[in-house]
Amino acid sequence: MVKLMEIPEEEYIFPGTRACAGCSMALIYRIALKAMGPKTIITVPASCLTVLHGMQGFCTTKVSVLHTPFATTGASASGIVASLEDKGLADEVNVLAFAGDGGTVDIGIQSLSGAVERGTNFIYACYDNEAYMNTGVQRSGSTPHGAYTTTTPNGKTGYKKNMAKILEAHGIPYVATAISSYPLDLYEKFKNAQKIQGPKYIHILAPCPPGWGYNPKDSIEIGRLAVQTGFWPLYEVIEGKFILSKDSQRFIDPNKRKPIIEYLNVQKRFKDISNEDIEQYKSYIEAQWKEIERRIENE
Amino acid sequence: MTITEKNHDSSDRKIKIITGNHAAAHALRQARVGVIAAYPITPQSPVVEKIAEFVSKGELEARFVKVESEHSALAVCCAASATGSRVGTATSSHGLMLMYEMLPWASGNRLPIIINLATRATGAPWSVWTDHQDFITIRDVGWIQMFCMDNQEIYDTNLQAFKIAEDSRVFLPSIVAYDGYILSHTMMPVSIENQEDIDNFLPPLHHHYNLSDVSVVKGIDPVTTPHLRDRGSEGRAPGYFEYRYAMQKALENSIEIIMEVHDEFSEKFGRSYGNGIYKTYLTKDADIVIFAMGSVASQARNVISQLRKEGLKVGLVSLKLFRPFPVTLLRELFKETKIVVVFDRDIGYGYEGVLSYELKAALYGLKQAPFIKGFIVGLGGRDVTDQHIAKGVSKAIIESEKGKISHETDFIGLKLGDLADYDEEDYFKGG
Repeated sequence: MVKLMEIPEEEYIFPGTRACAGCSMALIYRIALKAMGPKTIITVPASCLTVLHGMQGFCTTKVSVLHTPFATTGASASGIVASLEDKGLADEVNVLAFAGDGGTVDIGIQSLSGAVERGTNFIYACYDNEAYMNTGVQRSGSTPHGAYTTTTPNGKTGYKKNMAKILEAHGIPYVATAISSYPLDLYEKFKNAQKIQGPKYIHILAPCPPGWGYNPKDSIEIGRLAVQTGFWPLYEVIEGKFILSKDSQRFIDPNKRKPIIEYLNVQKRFKDISNEDIEQYKSYIEAQWKEIERRIENE
Repeated sequence: MTITEKNHDSSDRKIKIITGNHAAAHALRQARVGVIAAYPITPQSPVVEKIAEFVSKGELEARFVKVESEHSALAVCCAASATGSRVGTATSSHGLMLMYEMLPWASGNRLPIIINLATRATGAPWSVWTDHQDFITIRDVGWIQMFCMDNQEIYDTNLQAFKIAEDSRVFLPSIVAYDGYILSHTMMPVSIENQEDIDNFLPPLHHHYNLSDVSVVKGIDPVTTPHLRDRGSEGRAPGYFEYRYAMQKALENSIEIIMEVHDEFSEKFGRSYGNGIYKTYLTKDADIVIFAMGSVASQARNVISQLRKEGLKVGLVSLKLFRPFPVTLLRELFKETKIVVVFDRDIGYGYEGVLSYELKAALYGLKQAPFIKGFIVGLGGRDVTDQHIAKGVSKAIIESEKGKISHETDFIGLKLGDLADYDEEDYFKGG
């Protein structure tokens, strides 16, 4: 794995963004841009990242950003790539789409699906804070079961869409999961994705202090718990080959996993979660890891 | 179309017998678009098919992004345009309506994108036949909107549209419309000009945006406040209000450039379309003028000689430029007209035909404003006949003589009487 000292010092986000205190998306974006480097064009739909980018008259990043309506991230990236190909610059410039979970798993799923199906050469990063946080915490297709949001006052009844699997089903050459709490792993995944021609998808869990209900200082810790409880396994699927990431490898052993309640209990959004729901989480995690074991054995 | 061959070396060009859709596709090819993104929809689909053929044969060096929806089609066009490429697409009806969100995005960003629109009625219920509802419905999004009456005009207008849209005094997207099936699927001779002549007329795009140049960092479309933004030593950045003001001004000022480009084109290629804004036919001595667009205007042109034989001094104004609405020119044009009969193949639902009420507003306060009478015709592809036009003209004359200003929407060509046995008879008579 990449070493801390190998991460470039160069920052691509200017200091003083409008992101909330403890925002893990800001951290994800910072690391991702370091990996992408200066020859990158970013496209962003309506999302918390639009807020981070701030108001007119200033550019928050050292690379160009094209904001685009909510449903169009995949298409917008396709347009940039097509134009770069038209100009013979496709090999010189990276195209990065950066969207939230609502913009990815809900309103943007069609244009993303279309863009990857067409084999567009770009990286799509979804930072998943598990609800429409920018508009004030409404449930999305990525909100986990039982979580309180302003539109699920009794807890969400449905389940979280597994977007990484949906993208994998498109047969694209690179799919990965990541999280803000493991920045070296995150950096490396953006680097790995860049080496591959075609559509690349990275789904990054992004703990959100106001939306999840915890103290901003705990963002890193909460993200670690997501991994340590086995709720959020870190992995890559490169050309169909499943690779469990180093930071998740020891949790293949169920005894090494922390109880899920440790993750749920520290977030206010789960304060009314029922015992029945907690049991469901346990069996969800168990089934998820059984599948991972199967996939590793099959490799 | 008026042909003046004097400045044109006809040996260079090829006459092809092609449909309106293929005329549009040829124009996009010769405009050397760099990126096309389109989705199939009847009756526009042959444009997409023809472009796919051009690209696969290497006759057009463009990236053709075969998107999964029209919403994405225009999103791709917007992004590709902002990255610095010349882009175009085509659609109809529901496709245009699915693009709706992206339409003001394109104009707000001042992106010179061209959409070809083979017009088609909007559902429900389903219809694949022409009317102008799709074209009319997008009138407030800040696009230049032009309507064509024959296949040559589709080809010529596309080439002009790129030049207009890319003019640094304009930088606005533009839509080129033509009636679905009536033109989209009808073969006519079209003069396909020599590529070199087209290249001279339409030089490469010099865009105000070019994201492909990574040495220049741009943050395009951040959240823009109601107020100006202080940038310290660098002065102030405009607020939303200033951006939208600039867009409206560019639209208003584009009329002059549209005429300029039209004149340059006709000088070069020997074909003109009135003044590039509208075409007049026998209006000089006319007391009564018919005002219409596209297929309806074509039909009206057919009737005029017959009406004139009956002693009526009738003329025709076929509107080519719908947005920006050429108010000043129309006020001058109609300042001595007694009656204007407007035929709308659309409705401003809850009001009346859109051309009709726009013309009324445009002529407001004229000293001798004409009597304006509007009719709704031909929705959903219902034939508009010579008799329909003649009936409208005579009804307008009668009402004008009585001084009767009716605010009820008037339809011609409905067949309610033939519905007598239909179960839902009352429903079709208005409840």
